[in-house]
Amino acid sequence: MTLAITIGVLVFGAVFLMLQRGLVRIILGFVMLGHAVNLMLMSAGGTFRRAQPLLGYNDADVASDPLPQAFVLTAIVIAFSITIYMLTLAATGSDDDTEDAS
Amino acid sequence: MTTALLPLLVAAPLTVAGILVLTRPPLWLSRTLLLAPSAASLVISTALLWVTRDGEILSHNVALWADGISIPFVVDTFSALMLWTTSLLVLVCGAFAVAVGDDKASYFGPLVLVLSAGVTGALMTGDLFNLFVFIEVMLLPAYGLLAMLGSLRRLRSGRIYVTLNLLTSTVFLAGVALVYGAAGTVNIGQLAGAASESPMVAVGMGVVILALSVKSAVVPVHGWLARTYPSTSPAVTALFSGLHTKIAIYAIYRLYAVVFDGDSTYLWIGVVVFSATMLVGVLGAVGEDTTRSILVFHMVSQIGYILLGVALFTELGLIAGIFYLIHHMIVKASLFLSTGAIEHTHGTGALNRLGGIARHEPLLAIAFMAAALSLAGLPPFSGFVAKLTLVAGAFQAGEWMAAAVAVAVSLFTLMSMLKIWGGVFWGKEPEPKRPVDEPHEAGGSTTVLVRPKVPTSLLLPGVVLAATTLCIGLGATVLLDLSATAAANLLDTSTYVEAVLG
Repeated sequence: MTLAITIGVLVFGAVFLMLQRGLVRIILGFVMLGHAVNLMLMSAGGTFRRAQPLLGYNDADVASDPLPQAFVLTAIVIAFSITIYMLTLAATGSDDDTEDAS
Repeated sequence: MTTALLPLLVAAPLTVAGILVLTRPPLWLSRTLLLAPSAASLVISTALLWVTRDGEILSHNVALWADGISIPFVVDTFSALMLWTTSLLVLVCGAFAVAVGDDKASYFGPLVLVLSAGVTGALMTGDLFNLFVFIEVMLLPAYGLLAMLGSLRRLRSGRIYVTLNLLTSTVFLAGVALVYGAAGTVNIGQLAGAASESPMVAVGMGVVILALSVKSAVVPVHGWLARTYPSTSPAVTALFSGLHTKIAIYAIYRLYAVVFDGDSTYLWIGVVVFSATMLVGVLGAVGEDTTRSILVFHMVSQIGYILLGVALFTELGLIAGIFYLIHHMIVKASLFLSTGAIEHTHGTGALNRLGGIARHEPLLAIAFMAAALSLAGLPPFSGFVAKLTLVAGAFQAGEWMAAAVAVAVSLFTLMSMLKIWGGVFWGKEPEPKRPVDEPHEAGGSTTVLVRPKVPTSLLLPGVVLAATTLCIGLGATVLLDLSATAAANLLDTSTYVEAVLG
């Protein structure tokens, strides 16, 4: 439930920011959207199992699912690199943020 | 052939890209290293086509992990065909970029190599999340290539491109999360038929396919394509047109066939949307007045044709769709490269500033005309076979409206190809005056009185691809047979699933 509400709030903020004109705000929107989707991936693995996913330490029915965590890690790296690239774009052509670009 | 070598198709270009970045070799060596991997990949994919021609499927679990947790690389006839065509395009567009001098920009070579590695991986992978990763690997260098030469206009279109693709990639990822939550796996083999059994998986896959449709520029989400593609260099436009949208189309074919099991419940949506895509794309081209922006709108319309094949989901429809996909990648790149050669030599692609080129460049004119007629679907070129099969498939499936739209749009296509022909190749030569707002890069402004001549090295790429479409048109049975094998694998996915699951 907490996760669902958090995802909803994040997506709400992300959509609001992405509809703004300035590129920096759009980028912040994308960061929030990225977090929302990462949380979605985490919740897809089931949040009721919290123990370490190590064989021999825990039973399989309490061990958390490691696959979504690997997904999220990959997605974070990709989103991070694109965010940096977009920030570069925002910094290099800063004049057209407030004008109507044709 | 040992299947353990399949990952090398991805690893080799990546390694070469790394070497190029680290060592900064002299120009001749870096050019060789740029073209060699795609040439090798062309040879290998020809071999793969030969091996898979009877419907055999090669698969390999990367790093030999056990079935179910590994990432499988799978090659069937469909992926082998796509591999062959994409390596041909990377090779030819790379040669064009070398001829134009695009590759002198730093990191051009490595970026193209990483792009081709991403494309190859996306075609081979049998894992939904891995597909996302490879699509990102393909897109990241594209962002760089699009904005590389760095005028403000390119940066603007770069922004649209990056934000659009980041948004759709995020939507794609959300779809993967939903699928994983509902089905507990992202292995395409294990997901086989899951979406037609469980509506929850179908919703998740629907989100994935929605994201792929945006990436392949289906109406009503096609606007980004026309805004971004014409504003980069011709070689890069040709490369993108052949690779990016087509990977998304390939994934739609594959995922709908395997995960939805060709479920006929949702097909009518496809027929409506893709018919609209054909129509809107071709009408959009009417208002454009530079060669490349016209061609880009045609791309949108052609994407409708290609995807109509999967929306019919009959044997004939799938054969036509696959044939159309291969034909379209070659023809479109040929058109972009031959008009790109003119654009590079004369410094503009605007229809009203060019004219009478057919008189000076007969070979280029013939190559353009061949590709244009092929695009419009006239015999003896490959476009005729593609359109004929598709219209026949639509009739057979009882989709009269779609068939009628396909035929009508062909006429419009021919009309606007004639518009380029009339504006660029025929008519009076414009006054040999250089407009002041043009950048002084090609030729320099002192030689304007001498009509520039398109050098042979720029001519060849377009001509080679135009010749390829003629060959495919004349010997259509070869590609039709291969498409039939590929379509059979899509209709009956049990062999594919077996191969993925080991």
